Order: sequence, then C-alpha cells, then structure tokens
Amino acid sequence: MLPRKSVETPNEQFTFAGTGSIYSFTTLQEIPEGYEEQAPYMLALVKLDEGPLLTAQITDLDEQAVQIGDRVEMVTRKLTTEGPTGVIVYGYKFRKILPRS
Amino acid sequence: MREVAIIGIGQTPVGEHWGSSLRMLAADAVRAALADSGLKNVDAVYVGNAYGAALSSQSQLAPMIVDYAGLGNIEAFSIEAGDAAGGAALRAGYLAVASGAVESALVVGVEKSTDMVGSARVRARSVSLDADYEAVHGATLTALAAMLMRRYMHEFGVPLEAFEGFSINAHANAKANENAMYRNTLKPGAFAKAGMVSDPVSLFDGAPDGDGAAAVILTDAARAGDMVPQPVRIVGSAVASDTLALQDRSDPLYLKAANLSAYKAYVQAGVQPQDVSLFELHDAFTVISALTLEATGFATRGEGWKLAQSGALALKGTLPIATFGGLKARGNPAGATGVYQAVEACLQLRGQAGANQVANARVALIQNLGGLASTAVTHILTV
Repeated sequence: MLPRKSVETPNEQFTFAGTGSIYSFTTLQEIPEGYEEQAPYMLALVKLDEGPLLTAQITDLDEQAVQIGDRVEMVTRKLTTEGPTGVIVYGYKFRKILPRS
Repeated sequence: MREVAIIGIGQTPVGEHWGSSLRMLAADAVRAALADSGLKNVDAVYVGNAYGAALSSQSQLAPMIVDYAGLGNIEAFSIEAGDAAGGAALRAGYLAVASGAVESALVVGVEKSTDMVGSARVRARSVSLDADYEAVHGATLTALAAMLMRRYMHEFGVPLEAFEGFSINAHANAKANENAMYRNTLKPGAFAKAGMVSDPVSLFDGAPDGDGAAAVILTDAARAGDMVPQPVRIVGSAVASDTLALQDRSDPLYLKAANLSAYKAYVQAGVQPQDVSLFELHDAFTVISALTLEATGFATRGEGWKLAQSGALALKGTLPIATFGGLKARGNPAGATGVYQAVEACLQLRGQAGANQVANARVALIQNLGGLASTAVTHILTV
C-alpha cells in the first residue's frame, strides 16, 4: 500500500497483523509469462483487518471453495522465477484460515 | 486558447494484420487522414501507443512513422498512457493547436498486438499495471476487471447474464462496420455458454486484442470551414488520473478519473449528459461499461447495468454507445483506441456512418481509459 500523503512527509513503518477477508477474487486462465507453472491460480483483493486492500494470490487451496468475506492469513511463498537461471522472487500470498477442530 | 477542429480522419481495419508492420499500419491511417483533409503536410505529429516497447521492441515510434509516411523533419513524439494513449495523444494535439504553437497537428494511434501470442502477450500488456503491487503477483488487467465485476455483482445484486446486453449491442453495431474485428451476431444466452478467461469475465465479456491504426488531423476551427466541408469541432477536452493500483482506491467500484474528466469536459463544452447524442465509451470489459455510465452521469451507482437491459444503448436508443462495435466487437487496438473513437464520432457527426448512423447526431462524447481508469481522457465533439 502506498501511503496517501504529501511528498514532504516521510513514510512511516507500519506492521500489519497479516489477516483479512476476501473483498473479491478470480481464477486466471490466461496467464502471464513467468507464472505458467502455477496456472490456473486464484488472485484476490484482500481487505486487511487494518483497512487497506492488497492484491495477492490465494494459495494452499486444494479443493476448497472461496467466497467473498472468507477469512485469510498471509504466508510467504515463491511468486515467480526470472527465467530458468534467474532470481527467485518471494513475496506474500494468502491462505484461508480454517476453523479450529 | 483557440477552438480546434478535426478536418481529416483515417483508419485501418482492426484485426490480425500479420502482413503489415507497425509502421505500415500507422502510415496507412496517416495517408487516409491526409487525403481526407486535403492537406499534404502538417506541422506536428503526436503518436498514441501503449505497448510498442513491450510487444514490438520499438520505442521512438513518432520519427519512425513520420519518416515512413514521408512527412519530413517535423515535430513528432509519442504519448504513452496505457490503453488511454490514443486519447492522450488527441489531447496533446488539441493543446498544441489550441495554444497556437502549431497550425496543424496529426494524431495517430497505433498498436501491433498480435505478433506476440499467448503468455508472452499477456505479460507484455501487464506493463500498464502496477509492477510492484499487482503484476508481480501474476495479476492481469482482465483479472483486475474480473474482481471488480464480481464485487459489483455482490454489492448490487446483479446477475451474470445482465452484462451480456453490452456485448450483444456491440456485436450488432459491428455487423455493418467493415473495419470491425468481429462482425458476428451474439445471441441472448451466449454468456451462459462462454468459456471463462478470468471468472466472471468470459470470452464474450472482454474485448479482443487487435492490431490497428487510426488518425485525425486538427487545425484552428476558425479556418477549418474554408478547408473542408464538414469540420468537427472539439468543444471539450479533459484528462484526469487515479491511483495506478486498483487496491489503493477507497472505493474501487467508482471510476473517479472517468467522472472527473467527463465533468471537466461537460463544463468546458457547456453540455449536460442529456445533450449527448452518442457515447463511444471504453468497453474493454462489460463491467467497465456499467461503471463508466455511472461515473459519467447516465446512471446512478449500481444501476449502470440496467441500461443494457432496455435497448437504451442501441443505435436507435436514447444513448447509443459503441456505435461501430466498440472495443468489444470493433476490436481493442490498445493505445490506438482513443483515436478510433474520435474517427467514429466524426463519421457520426458528419452523417457518414451508413448503416450505423445515429439519427440527428449533434454531440458525441468519447472516453478512453488507461488501465481500470488510472488515466481517463474525455473529449466532446460537435458539428
């Protein structure tokens, strides 16, 4: 999230809890180069509990269905590899928070 | 500022032009526009293009096109504004002529999308998203539009089949347009059977990528009447911007830049939405048509989709849109789109639209969006 402040104000560090709920989602069938091995994958706009929206993949789904409003938590995953010998790019994805058994 | 008029128009068909390069397509449109205006030369050329560097490994399109078209060593540069590049180039040409800096300007929009296929093209087109916060997560413009569409359906209780009216209308209007990419008829019920690209956006929902070029020639409106029989005056011209990333908007379902640029143009032109004879909107996705109608004063929040249920948007309706097929059926030539919209609006206002003619067309509204309206360019044309 980019802070919406005047350019003179220095950015503050803020730590998010890493939890939120699904604002919207889609499963991509037409995949950009570099992301084929994950295809088809689910992308979501996640509404963090602190307020901001974040664009991220939903991972660890197996066969679970997803609905708007589902609770999710952040995890660190590989996003892409820059070519066969390139750098692996890690970043955040989200997974559903399962009810405790 | 002087008033500006369009005195020449040209376009190539939108489609898969495997036999023509980017410079050839652009030169075809340039020659057609020059011939239409009767001019042999112009003072400046502004090129609208979105993906030349990513799709064709080519920047500096303007000198390439000017040289290939034989226009000499004139002022020429290109404007990049994502899929709003064509509209932004028209804005640049308008400002140049309105200010008196140049007497005549040629605006050409060009895109060559289909030489690259599959995942390579999807990646190339994703350069217009936020690289750090969207594209790195594997997002595409289609996926972001799909998430808007799902949220719109959720918040306003809209059924999926409600959107197909936009696409049925676009295909009906493309039928008689020899420059359109898809001239087939879409029947009601098509959406239910269409393959999903990024659910709920289906094949019949998003506009197809096509190659194409379109051009217009601008000059001082005070002398335009002596040069051509039917100059078209640009009475409104405005650009507004919004966050690049969809996630940074406080209300993602409100296209703020589309709203701001439209109302700036309305005020400049002294017109109201109800004065508009036809609207060439940026129908890259059906949900964007619905949101655009809401942002530009034709529908209240959450109600834009209803206009597609009633026949209001057809050629004989109260607000004809996509009168030559729009992006959905004429095809989506990305950075050339805004210039195609201007050409089509001129055909309507000149009464040269043939089977696509909107009766008594007096005021044409055209709006070109980059991304999901991160850039919004609106022009109002009249005769």
